[in-house]
Order: sequence, then structure tokens, then C-alpha cells
Amino acid sequence: MFGKLGWDAIPFDQPIPLIAGAVVVLLGLGVLVFVIAKGCLPYLWNEWITSVDHKRLGIMYVLLGLLMLVRGFIDAIMMRAQQSVAYHSAGYLPPEHYNQVFSAHGTIMVLFAAMPLVIGLMNFVVPLQLGVRDVAFPTLNSVSFWLTATGALLVNISLLIGEFARTGWLPYPPLSELRYSPGVGVDYYLWAVQIAGVGTLMTGINFVTTILKMRAPGMTYFRMPMFCWTSLASCLLILAAFPVLTATLAMLTLDRYLGFHFFTIEAGGNAMMFMNLIWAWGHPEVYILVLPAFGIYSEVISTFSSKPLFGYRSMVAATLFICIVSFCTWLHHFFTMGAGGDVNAAFGISTSIIAVGTGVKMYNWLFTMYGGRIRFTTPMLWSLGFMTTFITGGLTGVLLAVPPADFLLHNSMFLVAHFHHVIVGGVVFALLAGIEYWWPKAFGYRLEERWGKAAFWCGLVGFYVTFVPMYVVGILGMTRRLQHYDVAEWHSWLQISGVGILILIAGAGCQVTQLVVSYLRRNELRDNTGDPWDGRTLEWATSSPPPVFNFAVLPQVRDAEVYWDVKRRAFEQQRLPQEPDYQPIEMPRNSPTGFVCAFFATLIGFALIWHIWWLMVVGLMGAYATFVVFAWRDVPEYVIPANEVARLDRENRAIRQGVLAGEAPWL
Amino acid sequence: MGALTPSFAHADSILAPAGPISRGDALIMIDATVIMLAIVIPTMIATLVFAWWYRASNTRAAYRPDFTYSGKIELVVWSIPTLTIFFLGGVIWIGSHTLDPFTPIPSKAKPLEIEAVAFDWKWLFIYPEQRIASVNQLVIPVGRPLHFRITSASVFNAFFVPRLGSMIYAMNGMVSQLNLQADKPGKYLGMSTHFSGDGFADMRFDPVAIPQAQFANWAAGVKGAPLNRAAVNTLLKQTRAVKPYTYRGVDITLFDAIAAQKLPPGEGPQSGRGGPGSQNVMPRGGAR
Repeated sequence: MFGKLGWDAIPFDQPIPLIAGAVVVLLGLGVLVFVIAKGCLPYLWNEWITSVDHKRLGIMYVLLGLLMLVRGFIDAIMMRAQQSVAYHSAGYLPPEHYNQVFSAHGTIMVLFAAMPLVIGLMNFVVPLQLGVRDVAFPTLNSVSFWLTATGALLVNISLLIGEFARTGWLPYPPLSELRYSPGVGVDYYLWAVQIAGVGTLMTGINFVTTILKMRAPGMTYFRMPMFCWTSLASCLLILAAFPVLTATLAMLTLDRYLGFHFFTIEAGGNAMMFMNLIWAWGHPEVYILVLPAFGIYSEVISTFSSKPLFGYRSMVAATLFICIVSFCTWLHHFFTMGAGGDVNAAFGISTSIIAVGTGVKMYNWLFTMYGGRIRFTTPMLWSLGFMTTFITGGLTGVLLAVPPADFLLHNSMFLVAHFHHVIVGGVVFALLAGIEYWWPKAFGYRLEERWGKAAFWCGLVGFYVTFVPMYVVGILGMTRRLQHYDVAEWHSWLQISGVGILILIAGAGCQVTQLVVSYLRRNELRDNTGDPWDGRTLEWATSSPPPVFNFAVLPQVRDAEVYWDVKRRAFEQQRLPQEPDYQPIEMPRNSPTGFVCAFFATLIGFALIWHIWWLMVVGLMGAYATFVVFAWRDVPEYVIPANEVARLDRENRAIRQGVLAGEAPWL
Repeated sequence: MGALTPSFAHADSILAPAGPISRGDALIMIDATVIMLAIVIPTMIATLVFAWWYRASNTRAAYRPDFTYSGKIELVVWSIPTLTIFFLGGVIWIGSHTLDPFTPIPSKAKPLEIEAVAFDWKWLFIYPEQRIASVNQLVIPVGRPLHFRITSASVFNAFFVPRLGSMIYAMNGMVSQLNLQADKPGKYLGMSTHFSGDGFADMRFDPVAIPQAQFANWAAGVKGAPLNRAAVNTLLKQTRAVKPYTYRGVDITLFDAIAAQKLPPGEGPQSGRGGPGSQNVMPRGGAR
């Protein structure tokens, strides 16, 4: 009846996951009861769960990403604690559990924290920056989000029912094959990532279409804001790379479920093929995350330097250069496989060539600041923290791209320090900067600066105290993923790293406090103008939060700095542009398709993991029926009448008129 | 969980090379770092200086909102990284070839042959010429090149002695080669550097480098049971934190038999949540 699922699936013998899982379940139930008791459920269903508005989906993506960031961070704390104490000792986590923790940490941080955060900001910002009303396929967008949430849910279910993979965040065979991983951990990984991967691929399709086909009138490619360019590059990479991931994991799934031998030890399987294929996705994946991050820095640095981005075309070229070259470097993840001098040298050089693109970007940000008037707001601090941090992270990266150096550093704690250096210092700093930067646009009030700056300083200091010792122990010969060790020299450094994580906990505390304090003081921090930072791009041209249709009239773009120009002209002439001729606006209707699809996808995933075949059939039929119902729908989209559009826009115009009279918030 | 591997008094920094290969690796690592620092440090300083000088409150700094393009600067910003990478590319090309792990070390002495096999979770070292073998213990002569042939009887692992240099994967069904040499006597740190499962942390072996005459004595004095197929079958079972021990009398065809997958692969674990005990688990072939 329930396949492999039985009471032995619950880890009654392991108190840590049991208690953690119970706490999560109780919190979830608590929130649900609270929502129902407060009568918020209809509001949540109508305004959020079934919403196809890119702004709402963006916010939900960011919320999901932040929740998973906390989950992954708790895993990180557990690992640092384990390695702080596991000198000549087994520590407090047995290997069976420790190995799940680091596997879950990597999987969650990359696929369920960083990806939703990046895609969330893309969702929220790109249509606004392009000056359009929504993405190309709004309902598909909702399906993408809910499938990503399904993946995250499955990973977290594994905490309480069964186990998660113990193989590392990339399940290398033969270890991940049935012979060496007979449990359901790898299956949880496979189905969670597969289902979320479908969502990500659809996001890629959606945003490439949106950016290529749906820009405001007059917005040529070379007038697009840099964040749109980097999002385009990132989504092109998604389109090219995620099918590789899907195929690779499908092959491993066939090995595990149907006795195939793609990567097994027996019958001619070849596990080296898995490593090549998974990194053919895995390396571009890094750039899928970091390119939009570069876009965020470009926006933030330009805005707070009160200058256009220096060398815009050069930046575009560097972005596309990175986009292409990132596909030619995957082999540097296994120089130590012994491919020979020619192959290693070729991939070593192609990898270091990427540094040309990032180097150019670095200098262009530098010269954006040159001659500027820099305001040290929290997003700008994160950007400066990034610039000084990322350059050394890039250095250690190029070092790892030099094969003979990699022969000493591969899989070491040095490597762990390196990729945290660039992903935390590059992507996470950007996401925090981006959330601070666009928060007023999303919610209509700014975030409190003092707690934000405290979070930044704790984050920066904690980052260095955590990861510099990892470089040191890497040089002292320590390899990654050790559950215990007996080398005295490593111990004190790992304890320092443990102190670093305490500082990071303080930083996370400041960050949460900032959100709470800002919410409580939202009336003082209110931004009515829609342009709290003296912005330059189109998202600042509309009110905060923007109306559901974003722009009363699609803006006419005549320049790369479109909103900046309109604003300067208004200041010079001391009057707003003429009131436009308002027309009714047609907007997509909300749809439960995404949520219902994801519900059935969760059933399918769970059923496949536990071999509950009837449930899988139910799930498949339900998902297919949902698709059919949606495809055959025959209801028109809804129309917002012209006088309503005019009313909303006139409110905003009145406030902006006040700004002209000298009430600009940034002055 | 059981006893941990024997204690180890000192860490083995990769920047304290004890042989020609690690010296070469470390030298290239330092060279590459210095080349990059030459542009990284000025850029970091410029970032901080620019950010500070152009702060909004500094009335002495010139505000130049139209400074958004300069052909000369563009030329420089593309050239500096490109030239650096050209230079570094040369280092990469030469280093990848001279320090390729398969390349023999030039020496008058004939290399000592050692065959290394990764099991779950211990290392087997076979000395085919001496017909001896050891588990989790690697004894090597100082000053003589070592030629390793490396494979795995189970999942992937990597063979690494930081102070001797160059790690390389141990892969089932394949033979990697590694040429190393120890120039100084001493006890080093050795380990697997590719995660291989629950007993991974104990895949430690402490290489001991001793003078050549002493090595010959050691090899002649090694005691133990013969290493044959039955002994290998025992090794195929998953065990953790195995104390070092030796074999005398080795079937020297064993390494190639393992590499050619003529022997069954490592058995794997007996359980896992939602694993065996269920009617849906695939029959598992091999050693069981």
C-alpha cells in the first residue's frame, strides 16, 4: 500500500533531525492555524497563492529563498560546530547524519536559497525595468514558482520522513548508486531537484521571451538596464544548462529505479561521464547565479554614485563573454582525474580567461564610482564589500584553475573557502543589497539603515573570520567533508571558523531585526514618491508599491538612462511631463493552476521516492487534468477601466509634483 | 564510534614540500599568486580610495556625472586582465605538462612500484616487487622515485599526500598513475581527498619515508597473512578506522584483476532508510 514507507522511516533513533523536524512541523501548523483563525486564508488564496502578478511571485520567491537560506544556514552552523569539536573525538553528529547535513546544505543553498532569491529579484525587477506590465507567460511563471517550492518542500520532508542524500550536493556515482546508497536519500535529492529544475527551466523560457519580445516602446537592446542584460544572460544559461541537469539526473534515476547501468560500477557503466555531465550544468549554474548578482551591483553602484554605469557596452560585452565561456570550463572540477597535460592545460586556460570578463566588470564599477557622489547606504556598503572581497575570491579561483596548484588544493578546505568566498561574497551580498535596494519599491517603505549597516558589518567580518581559517586549513592539507580529524594544527583554525559563524549569526539576527523594526516603523520610513534613491531606471518611474499594471501608460524610451532624463527635464522645467491619454488595461486573471500543479507534483515526487505507485498515477493524472483544464479555459482576462487607471496615476503624479517643489527624499 | 586513526602530531602544509613534485606544484601556486596579486592589490586599494574620496560629503571631489566612457580606460581595463591571463596561461600550459601526474620523474634510480587500491574505507598498498602489501600504512624509501598505480575496488576516492604533491583519483575500473618522490625522511599525512561515504574521515594512511637501506630491511621483515582473493573479499566489506597491518606473499595479479573488474566490487552498506527490507529494492549482484 505505502511502498517502502513504514514507521522505520521516521528517525526516532536520531534526536536532532526528529526534534528539528517536529519544530518545523509545529511552526508550520502554527502559522496555518493563525492564518485560518485570523481569516486571512481567502486573502492569501486570492491575492498571493493564485496570483500571476510578477511582483507578487517575485516576493514569494524571495520569501521562499530567505526561508531556505535560514535552513541552509542552520546546516552550516551544525557543520562548523561539528568540526570545531571533532578533534580526536566523534563530535556530536555521527557520519550518517553529518554527511546528510553537508549534502543538504549545498543542495539547499544553491538550488533552493540562491536560485529562488535570484529568480525572485528577476521576477520583481525585470518587467518593471523593461517598462512592461508583466512577463510573457504569467501563469507559467506561477507554475515555475510553485514547482520550485515543491522541490524545497520535498528536501525538507526528508528531514522527518526517511533521510536526505549522504553523497554531497552533487550525487557522484558510484557512491550515489543503489549499491552504495540503498536508502531514499538520493531519491529525495533526485526528485526534488528534478521537479524544481522544471520550474527553473520554465523561468528561463519565460524571461528570455520577455526580455527579447516585450520591452517598452523605444527600449532597444542597448538601452536596457544592466540588470536586464545580466538576467538575459543568466536565463540563456538556464536554457542551455538545465536540460543537461535534467538528462543527467534522469540517467542516474534510471540506474537506481530500473536497473540501468549508465554510471554503475557493473556492466560497463562509467561514473566519469556523470562528473562531466553534471559539471557541464554545474559550472554554468555558478554564472546563472552570479551574473544577475553582477547586474544588481551595477544598478546599486550606479544609483548611489549618482552616475550612469561606466563603460555600459563593455559591461554588456563582458557579460555575454562570461555567458559563453562559462560553458567551456567544466573540466576544471576534476583536473585530478588524470586527463593529461593537454586537456588540463586547455581547461585551465579557458577557466582563467573568464577572469578577463570579471576583471573588466570590476574596473567598470571602479570607474563608475570615479567622479561620482557616493552615498553609503546599506546596499552600497554590500556592493563595496563585494568589490573588495570578490577580487581575492577571484584570485583563489584562478589559482585553482592552474592544474598543478589544483593538484594540491582540489577538494581541500581551500576549495570550500574559495567557492564560499565567491558565492557568499558575490551572490549573497548582491541578494542582500538587492533586497534592501528594491524593498521600498515592493512595500512602499525603506528599510531601517542602522540595523542594515550592523548586519553588513557583522556579515563582512563574520564572513572573513569564518572563511579565512578555511583557506589556512586547506593549505595545511585538510580535505573537505571530514566528520572528524586528529591533526592538532587544524583544530584551532576550525575553532576560529566556528567563532566566525557566531558573528554571522549575529549578522543574521541584525538582518531579521532590521526587517521587524522597519515594519514597525513603516510609517516613518514611508516612501510615497516611488523614487526613494534618486533612481535612474524605469522601476522608479512608477509608484511604490507599483499598481498591478505597473505603468499607467507604457513609457517611451529615448535613452539608456530613460527615467533619469525624464526626471532631469522635469526638474529643469519645474513641471511633470504632460498627463497621458489613459486607456483601459487588460491584465491576466489569477489562476490556481500553478498551486494545483505543484500539489500533484509533490504527490508524484513523494510517491516516486517511496515507490508508492498508485499515488504516482493519481499525481500524474491530477497534474495532467490541471493542464487540460487550464489549456481549455475559456474565460477572458480582466480589464481595468481607464478612469481607474487615471485615478491611480494622478495620485502618484500629485506626489511627484510635490517632489518638484523640493521635497525629494534623497536630498 | 570506535577508535580513531593513530594520532598525528603535525599538520602537513602543502607549502612545506618534501619532494620534487610537491616543490613544483607549490612553486607554480606561489608564482600564480604573485602574478595575480600584482593587479589585485592595486585594484583593492583603488576601490577603497575611490569610494572614500568620492563620498557625497566630500566637497573637494569633482562631480563628473558625464564621465561614462573613455576609450583609453576601456583599452586598459581589457588589456590588464588579458595580459595577466596570457602570462598565466603560459604558466598553466607548461605546468600542466611538466607536472602531469603520469609523467615519470627523471632519475637514475629505477622507480619503486606501488599499487594502491581504495576500499570502503581503507587503503591497500601492494609492493609487487617485494610481494608484500599493507593496509592503511605506506612505507617509502627516501630519494627513490615512486611509481603508483591507483584504482578503487569500490566508489571513487583520491590519493593524496600533501607534502609529496599531486593528488589523483582512485576510480573503479580504471588505473591512474602517479609519480612521486620523498626527499626527506619523516612521517607524513596521507588521506583520501574525495568523499566516499560514511567511513571517509578514517581513510587515513600515514606515509613513512625511511632511508633506502632501512626500507629494504623493512620490506624483508614484513609479516602477515598472504594477500589472495579470499583476503580481498574480506577487504570488500565496509569497515571503518582500520588499524594498519601487513600481508606477506601477494598474488601480484590481484591489482589488475581489481582494475579490470574481474573481482566483485565493494559490497556497500547493508542498510539505509527506506532501503533493504522493502520488496521494491533491486536485487544487488556482486559479492553477496
